[in-house]
Amino acid sequence: MIQISAIFLRQFLLIKRSFHRLLGIFYWSFLELLLWGFLTVYLNRIGEDRLSVVTVLIGTVILWNFLMRVQQGVGISFLEDVWSRNLMNLFASPLKLWQYIAGLVLVGTAGAFISVGVMALVAWFLFSYSFFQYGILMIPFIFILFFFGLGLGLYTTAMILRFGPSSELLAWSIPALIPPFSGVFYPVSTLPQWLQYVAFFLPSSHVFEGMRAALLTGTIDANSLIFASALAVIFSIGALFLLHRSYRYVLRHGHLTRFQTE
Amino acid sequence: MSENILEVKNLTKTYDGLEAVRDISFSIAPGEILGLLGPNGAGKTSTISMILGILEPTSGSITVFGKPLAEKRSDILSRMNFTATYTSLPGNLTVSQNLFIFALLYNVSDRKFRIEYLLKEFDLERFRDTKTGLLSSGELSRVNLAKAFLNEPALLLLDEPTASLDPSSADEVRQKIKNYQRARANVGILWTSHNMNEIETMCDRVLFISHGKILLAGDPKTLPGEYRKKNLEELFITVAREPLSLQ
Repeated sequence: MIQISAIFLRQFLLIKRSFHRLLGIFYWSFLELLLWGFLTVYLNRIGEDRLSVVTVLIGTVILWNFLMRVQQGVGISFLEDVWSRNLMNLFASPLKLWQYIAGLVLVGTAGAFISVGVMALVAWFLFSYSFFQYGILMIPFIFILFFFGLGLGLYTTAMILRFGPSSELLAWSIPALIPPFSGVFYPVSTLPQWLQYVAFFLPSSHVFEGMRAALLTGTIDANSLIFASALAVIFSIGALFLLHRSYRYVLRHGHLTRFQTE
Repeated sequence: MSENILEVKNLTKTYDGLEAVRDISFSIAPGEILGLLGPNGAGKTSTISMILGILEPTSGSITVFGKPLAEKRSDILSRMNFTATYTSLPGNLTVSQNLFIFALLYNVSDRKFRIEYLLKEFDLERFRDTKTGLLSSGELSRVNLAKAFLNEPALLLLDEPTASLDPSSADEVRQKIKNYQRARANVGILWTSHNMNEIETMCDRVLFISHGKILLAGDPKTLPGEYRKKNLEELFITVAREPLSLQ
C-alpha cells in the first residue's frame, strides 16, 4: 500500500507544483463544455421543441470527458515517468508492476472525478443543466466508462512500454478513433450499417445511446448496459494482460534502459 | 564462513543472437567491495541490470542474500539500492520530495529523520527545496547517492558513482561510502568506474570483463604486476585493445 501511495504522491506533487498541468485537467474540458453547451442553447432556440433532445449533448460531453480523463490520467502519469527518465529507478526498487499500475489508476480516477465534478458545476451554472438528472443510472454509466477509459489508458501504456517512447503518437491516435463510433455527439443510427456493428462492440456507445433513450423515452435497455459493463471489464482485463506482456518483453529485451536514452 | 551477499552463476544474456554477457560467475562476500571493470560495451551495464532485476538473464542464476532473485525480487530489492549515471530522478520535484517518494518506495522507517541525515551527509541541505532538474550534474550525483543510501542497503550497486564530481567532492563521496561500509560489516558493494586510481583505492577485488566474459580477476594492487603491467590503467588498456594477449 505504501508503494502505491508513493506513486500517487509523486503525481500529486507534480500537478500541485505545476500550474499548466493543473490547468490541463480543467481547461480543455471547460472549453469543450462551453462549445457544446452554447451550441445546445442555440439549437434549442432555433429548433424549439423539436430539438429539445440536444440537451443530451451536455451530458454526453461531460461523460465523454470523464472517460478521457481516466484514460489520460493513467497514460500521461506513465509518460511523466518516461519523460523524466525515472522508470529504471522505479522498477529497480521493490515496487511491483501491479502496485505501479494501481498508483496510476488512482491518479487517473482522482483526476477524472475532480474534472467531472467541476464540469457538472459549470453546466449547472451556465446552462441550468443537471448532470444528476439520470439519477441511479449514473452508476452504470460511470462504471462502464471508467473501465473502458481504464482499459484505454492501460492499452496506451502497454504500447509505449512495448515500442518505446517514440511510439507515443501511435499509442494516442488509436484511442482517438473511438469517439466517432461511440455516438457521443450523434446517435449511433447516424452511422452506416457496418459501422453500427463496430459501435455495438464499443462499451461507450451503449452509455451514450442509453442517455439518449433515457431522455427521449424515460426508459433504457438494461441488457444493453449489462452487455456494455461486461465488454468494458473484459477490455480492461485484456489491456492489463497486454501491459503485463509488454513489461515481460521489456525485461527480456533490456528495453527499460532505452527509456533512459530515447 | 558467512554466506555471500551476491552469487552470480553462469550468467548469460543474449540480445537477438548477440551474446552481451557470456557465462560469467562471481560473488561478493560480506564487507567486500568488488570492482567491475571493462571497456564500453563489455557487458557491465547488462550485468548490473540483471542484478537489479530489470533485465532477464537468458540463462544462469543470481542469488542475493541467499535468495533467488527471480523468485524473491521485491524482498531482495528492498535491501539493495543503486546509483548510475544513466538514470535520473524526476527533475520537476524538489530534492526532498524525490527522497521522500523513494523512501516510501523502499518502505524506509523514520523517513524524515533518514532524509535529514542524508541531506546533511551529502551536503544537500541548501538544495532541499530546489527542483532536481535545476541542479548541476555533480549536485545531481550527490542526490542520486543519497537516494541509494535511503534504505541502508546491504548490497549497493554503484555504476560510476563519482563520474560527474570534481576531485574534491569525489574524494569526499568515496570516504562516505567507505565509512558506510566499515560501519556495517555485512555490506557488499559492486563498483564500476573508469577511474583506475579510484578502483585501486576502493576495491578489495576486481573483475575485468571483455566482450561479455570475465577475463581477469584479482587484487587491484597486485593484478597489474601479475601481467607485467605498471598499473591498473595499463592493464585496463590492454584488456580493451588486446584482450587475447591476456588469455
